[in-house]
Amino acid sequence: MKPLRDLLDKIEPLFTKGGKLERFYALFEAIDTMHFSPLDRAKGTTHVRDGLDLKRLMITVVVALVPCIIFALYNTGYQAAAAVSAGAAPLDNWQDALFYGTLGYTADPTDVLGCFIHGTLFFAPIYLTGLAVGGMIEGAFAIIRKHEITEGFLVTSMLFPLILPPTIPLWQVALGISFGVIIGKEVFGGVGMNVLNPALTGRAFLFFAYPAQISGDQVWIGASNLVADGYSGATMLATAAESGIAKFTDVHFMDALIGLVPGSMGETSVLACLGGACILIFTQVGSWRTMLGVTVGTLATASLLNMFPSDTNPMFAVPFMWHIVLGGWAFGTVFMATDPVSSSFTEKGKLIYGFGIGVMVVMVRVVNPAYPEGMMLSILFMNMFAPLIDHFFVQANVKRRKARYGL
Amino acid sequence: MSKASKTVLDPLFNDNPIALQVLGVCSALAVTTKIETALVMSVAVTLVLIASNASISALRNLIPPSIRIIVQLVIIASLVIIVDQVLKAFVYEVSKQMSVFVGLIITNCIVMGRAEGFAMQNGVKLSMLDGLGNGLGYSVILLVVGAFRELFGSGSLYGLQILKPVTEGGFYQTNGLMVLAPAAFFLIGIFIWVLRTFKTDQVEAE
Repeated sequence: MKPLRDLLDKIEPLFTKGGKLERFYALFEAIDTMHFSPLDRAKGTTHVRDGLDLKRLMITVVVALVPCIIFALYNTGYQAAAAVSAGAAPLDNWQDALFYGTLGYTADPTDVLGCFIHGTLFFAPIYLTGLAVGGMIEGAFAIIRKHEITEGFLVTSMLFPLILPPTIPLWQVALGISFGVIIGKEVFGGVGMNVLNPALTGRAFLFFAYPAQISGDQVWIGASNLVADGYSGATMLATAAESGIAKFTDVHFMDALIGLVPGSMGETSVLACLGGACILIFTQVGSWRTMLGVTVGTLATASLLNMFPSDTNPMFAVPFMWHIVLGGWAFGTVFMATDPVSSSFTEKGKLIYGFGIGVMVVMVRVVNPAYPEGMMLSILFMNMFAPLIDHFFVQANVKRRKARYGL
Repeated sequence: MSKASKTVLDPLFNDNPIALQVLGVCSALAVTTKIETALVMSVAVTLVLIASNASISALRNLIPPSIRIIVQLVIIASLVIIVDQVLKAFVYEVSKQMSVFVGLIITNCIVMGRAEGFAMQNGVKLSMLDGLGNGLGYSVILLVVGAFRELFGSGSLYGLQILKPVTEGGFYQTNGLMVLAPAAFFLIGIFIWVLRTFKTDQVEAE
């Protein structure tokens, strides 16, 4: 290669600015870079600052989810035990037959180990179904498209059961994860190309396709006949949508903060999500900007709406502090909004993107009478705007740099 | 293939008005919750297409270029009003379900698109065949989407119960999403995906 290099170096002045063949520089450059490395390259030390790859990134998210998973196992069992000991009937399925019958447990909310075992009986089948069905789809696409099976699915399959109610039928889990993986991710080209968060896409599908199994006041607790004895199975957010927070006390607030309330399995505990947030922010895997944006957006919108109390809609008076402990706010903010693929890429864009989620979630919760919860819808909504937000920040950057160099 | 049969058959899959030209999608979302409405809509649009293509082609040398869109619209609107009245007279129930969407055939991009893109340059006979072909291409999508949405959304096909819903004591949990408009988007998207898997020349270059 040396003679060729020498030859190219010798004739280079002909093609550079001022040379005889200046207009053919592109041709020269093409031939040169075809045989050697690009002409304009960094001369300093290498640019790798961190050995963070996709594998470590995704594993970190799973580690950050551990507090939520542990709490999900406990709370699912706890809610079922509390309901059954208050007079509701056990479910007519193999989980409760095994738990109350074969294993001989009684419904006792103070039995921590029992709650864990019972919760695991609900959680594990849902998780394994999602993992198996979604994993097969991932595998099939990887084989057809000849790329690797990436670790991204580990996170999707872990997130998905955490945002589902414990009583969801397994065939719906399978259908939901299939929709999430195929329509939410693979049609766009697979991991890293998706516009929407796959786990949330799957949940949104189930939410609109089979609302009876994923909304209302019968599905959030692993027990049946909840209405008997006036035991409410409604989530606190649904109760708030009915009658505001007037009925709630400080005890309710602590329950919501700790997570001992009915809801989707992994989303109830704000404290567990806070633990996950610490891990994500400390390792810089999740963006604090996105989380800050959501918080500020929620604060601003909630405070604004608080100024206009409404006689007919008690949600207008719900203060910021209640918005963040109710429903899936904390889980969505920490684990869903910060999804590196479907959120904005630009640092400033993340603030705007997060702010939009915060605004939308309060608007859906307060102003829209159809759905008590708005976290899923607002994140999916802003997912779609993330590329647009990035576009404006990138263009602004291009413009500023052009101005700096007087182009 | 002769030019005539090519004009009729091409819009079915090779140059489908919805799947490739992406025209007339709005009505495909609106009237496809049931096969019956999809079928009536398909017939209505096909008839309007044939008639509008024929009349605009016949008049194509008399229409002043500067006001051609207005002339085309007047012709299409008159035809749509006739179709609307006929539907009201003979299939009143279906026409009520389709509400404004019959009237909105006037703004269906396929009708305008074929008038402007084909009938203004071609003879009457060929234009009629083009209208027939594009109408059939439109119908294929509408019927496929309508069949999926009715089967999974309400458990029936053309009003005939196939899967008995849970609400009526059966086993089938009806899929509520299928009755909503986004389902048509997903189904049309999947249709295009399948179509382009077989006809790779339809895939846009990156």
